[in-house]
Amino acid sequence: MFSIKELKRAFLTSLWFMFLTFPLLVMKVNTITDTVIWRWMNLLYVGVGTFFLSILWKYLLERRDAKGSDSTKNPFNEKISKYMKNKRVKTSAIVALLLIVIIYPFIMSMYQTSIMTTALMYVVLGLGLNIVVGFGGLLHLGYAAFYAVGAYTYGLLFYHFGISFWICLPLGAFLSAVFGILLGFPILRLRGDYLAIVTLAFGEIVRLILENWNDFSFGPSGIANIPRPDFFGQKLRLAQVTNFTYFIAIGLTILTIVLIRRMESSKMGRAWEAMREDEIACQSMGIDITKAKLTAFSMGAVWAGIMGVLFAAKTTFINPASFTTWESIVILCVVVIGGMGSIPGVIVGALIFILTPEYLRAFSQYRMLIFGIALVMMMIFRPGGIIPKIRRSYKFSTDSKETQEGEA
Amino acid sequence: MNLEYFFSLLLGGLTRGSIYALIALGYTMVYGIIKLINFAHGEIYMIGAFTALIIGGALALTGLNPVLIFVIASLAAIIYSAAYGITIEKIAYRPLRNAPRLSALISAIGVSIFLQNYVLLAQTSDFLPFPNLLPSLKFLAPVEHLISTSQFLILVSTTVVMVLLTILIKFTKMGKAMRATSQDKDMAQLVGINVDKVIMVTFLIGSATAALGGVLISSHTGQINFYIGFIAGIKAFVAAVLGGIGSIPGAVLGSFVLGLTESFGTGYISSDYEDAFAFIILVLILIFKPSGLLGRKENEKV
Amino acid sequence: MKKLLVLLLISFVTFGAFANGQGETGTIKIGVAGAHSGDLASYGLPSVKAAELVVEMYNANGGVLGRQIELVIEDDVCKPEVATNTAAKLIGENVVAVIGHICSGATKSALGIYKDENIITVSPSATNPPLTKSGDYPNFFRTIAPDDAQADVEVDFAVNTLGLKKIAVLHDKGDYGKGFAEFCNALLENESGVEVVMFEGIQVGAVDYSAIINKVANSGAEALIFGGYHPEASKLISQMKKKNLDIPFLSDDGVKDDTFIKVAGEYSEGAYATGPVDTTSNPLAIKATEDHIAKYGEEPGAFFLNAYAATLAVINAIEKAGSTDYAAIDAALKSEYVDTPLGKISFDQNGDAIGVGFAIYQVQNGSYVELK
Repeated sequence: MFSIKELKRAFLTSLWFMFLTFPLLVMKVNTITDTVIWRWMNLLYVGVGTFFLSILWKYLLERRDAKGSDSTKNPFNEKISKYMKNKRVKTSAIVALLLIVIIYPFIMSMYQTSIMTTALMYVVLGLGLNIVVGFGGLLHLGYAAFYAVGAYTYGLLFYHFGISFWICLPLGAFLSAVFGILLGFPILRLRGDYLAIVTLAFGEIVRLILENWNDFSFGPSGIANIPRPDFFGQKLRLAQVTNFTYFIAIGLTILTIVLIRRMESSKMGRAWEAMREDEIACQSMGIDITKAKLTAFSMGAVWAGIMGVLFAAKTTFINPASFTTWESIVILCVVVIGGMGSIPGVIVGALIFILTPEYLRAFSQYRMLIFGIALVMMMIFRPGGIIPKIRRSYKFSTDSKETQEGEA
Repeated sequence: MNLEYFFSLLLGGLTRGSIYALIALGYTMVYGIIKLINFAHGEIYMIGAFTALIIGGALALTGLNPVLIFVIASLAAIIYSAAYGITIEKIAYRPLRNAPRLSALISAIGVSIFLQNYVLLAQTSDFLPFPNLLPSLKFLAPVEHLISTSQFLILVSTTVVMVLLTILIKFTKMGKAMRATSQDKDMAQLVGINVDKVIMVTFLIGSATAALGGVLISSHTGQINFYIGFIAGIKAFVAAVLGGIGSIPGAVLGSFVLGLTESFGTGYISSDYEDAFAFIILVLILIFKPSGLLGRKENEKV
Repeated sequence: MKKLLVLLLISFVTFGAFANGQGETGTIKIGVAGAHSGDLASYGLPSVKAAELVVEMYNANGGVLGRQIELVIEDDVCKPEVATNTAAKLIGENVVAVIGHICSGATKSALGIYKDENIITVSPSATNPPLTKSGDYPNFFRTIAPDDAQADVEVDFAVNTLGLKKIAVLHDKGDYGKGFAEFCNALLENESGVEVVMFEGIQVGAVDYSAIINKVANSGAEALIFGGYHPEASKLISQMKKKNLDIPFLSDDGVKDDTFIKVAGEYSEGAYATGPVDTTSNPLAIKATEDHIAKYGEEPGAFFLNAYAATLAVINAIEKAGSTDYAAIDAALKSEYVDTPLGKISFDQNGDAIGVGFAIYQVQNGSYVELK
């Protein structure tokens, strides 16, 4: 493994990186004070570091390629899918999970509950976007716009008419779905990356309108003092409302999981899947592609709308700065990292993606750097995501025990 | 409407368009060949600008001739950006060549986050003034108030780059190989084209033009920080799609349409919706011409 | 589902029962929150240093009420959604008061939490007027004057001192910049004989501002008022000067930062900006700055003195009140005067500092000079 050739290659790599990082890491020029600081030690660190890293990198890549690129063949995945098919394991896992979820806020601090609520919101957002991207195969870069629709629905309706959180929740969902259809119509003909850029444009247009149309949205100064969720008309104390918001998020997450699983195996879900695989073949099978696209957009938007309402209630203050393209990209990352099309994957993806930066606070300034590297690594070594989608398969067997449907 | 105002807006729009074009070229070339939205491309532009600032700033202390410093700094920026471009391709994109396209996109987003924070940590989060190296040229009477040295330089360099690139693509062996690869990667490999090399050269050229854009625009606006790549990158991406992603003349046309729309939109309507004009134009064009202004229509396979 | 609901109800009651206990011994905790990372970190980090210096000074002299003071420092990256988590974390740490937050948006979302928990919040930099004037946040105080006071000074100077008649107003579409520009716009429209020829937002981070500058030139404006921060301001003013558009440039506190002068260089010469009244001759300010240089080896950054004053005011109020009780601190802040680097200050019923105001500065020979 450590042949001379290998070492020579690693040495050349480290030389290359020393060259590459020279101006940025070694020189620090301040054009205000006109000074140059030379940091020669950095060159040494880079040289030694990349020498070993390049050997490790080569080894990892070779190991990956030897195993074959089909990540679903991974023993870990097979184990997961085997466990997930086992009814008893499945129910006991769900019960255990529910127990943990229920006692969580009582043993953890308010801060932990609060960030967990945020993570749960991203679980739902991820699951919603998963309908469009994972099931329908439509790359969507403007999802935050629907999130904004939900948030502003609650913010504005409360501000003008004092309408409560619980009424706004379905209203936000409905309005978002309508927006989803409105967006869907003009872009039915677009495909692939053209679709992606138009959704990005749509997201930005919504944000720009919120930013500039003061009479409607109060512009960048936003809407403050939005009430948190009330408990049957009862106003709760802060610690209680934090827990309550957490339970609302849990409830909505469970509702989302149940409904999306249903949708996935419904006629509509199968139409989406067919559309993802091949639009033309799907059309020639008699599936109404227009309908499939529009339902995918609007069903995806529903969850963003609901979460938008919850977002407004949780932060009590909204302004357009919370709904940027970056936000859409974060949600997309949740979906892809978790595993496109895979519901458990998206859940795990959201928890990891949102909680990791919070726990990396100790590394504060390096956390985004680490995060960027992690994204690249993740995609190279697990391109299908943390829990990749398991393709639905039907097996015919005389043994009745094995005639089970493989579920994702 | 007064004419001078119109012309100043026109020039402003062309300047913007030129910058978008220099960045969009990299986007569109990479996309044309490996169908990857290279999200980190804006960061390459930022690294180019930063390298020029570092080298230029350091040389400025030696008291060399400013124009010479500018040339050296630009060359350094171009070399380094090209080096970063091919390194990133090798580390973050090549292992994903056969993976789902979205994986490569997320990898590109990861690279983008990494590069931003790398520059932030290695240098500074503050805005730094870009050394003022260009002499201010005196222009002749009709245009003296309309154009500045940096604008002039931007327009000239963009034109030169376009011409060189056209020659490269149309008349050289490499250009032929690039065109072949973009049409059918597997087929190109079969006829003996080294696809890895073609992809590397594509990244090299795309990164180099982005770096040139970075240097030119920084000497125009006079300041940079680690975050300038994000917005410029998104705009250039929009321009590339507008023109038909994958098409080089399309990227140039799209960039100028975008730059002029923004400039005239600001000038005659309002800058409040400056970005919105760009996006509305994009949506309108794509609705009526779903593969962009000069894009090839993808063959629909059954 | 029913069981779950019952469980929920029970748990709410029990949780409420033991959430009250707050220690009366041990250290007194004070939170410091703001942007400590990300692109706005340069506005948030100086306040951490200010609080550290003040607390060090007190602790060396035996603390307050016989107890040591401990700082709890949390980052909110200036984002409203992160600020609520930050606030929850500070409350979990049982802080009695918070110095922060830095940005108005993040402050608003965090205040919703502090208000319910009765925690005094003193911001060194959140200038959005409704924070104090709306009466929604009785627990909020600040050691900086609100935006409308700033706009007042700016417009008065532009109209009465410079005698300008046609003014263009631009802003960066941000919370702070647009708010300031709107106040200026409203005030200018009330002045007779003054015309606002243009009121528009510019795109932050755009590669080039030549179109908007052409438009300003074409509008015949005699001056430009800009609401926003220094990166856009320096781009605007240098491109203006390069285009030979030499009209007075007036801006706000976000631009009254030495970085503006350093980045814009010679082009910044003659620009006006409003900023807190110059207190650099105040002995406490001189001492604070010297302590900062001694400890961190550099000049303090934005809002340093405001944060220094905020920390002093909070600790002084705790001392005068003789307890860490919310009502007592609140009353002490509103009644007791305290010597700070900003002068002798107290707070009015809304929570705005009495004795903190704005002045006009001009860039002269590469540094800001207060115009009297």
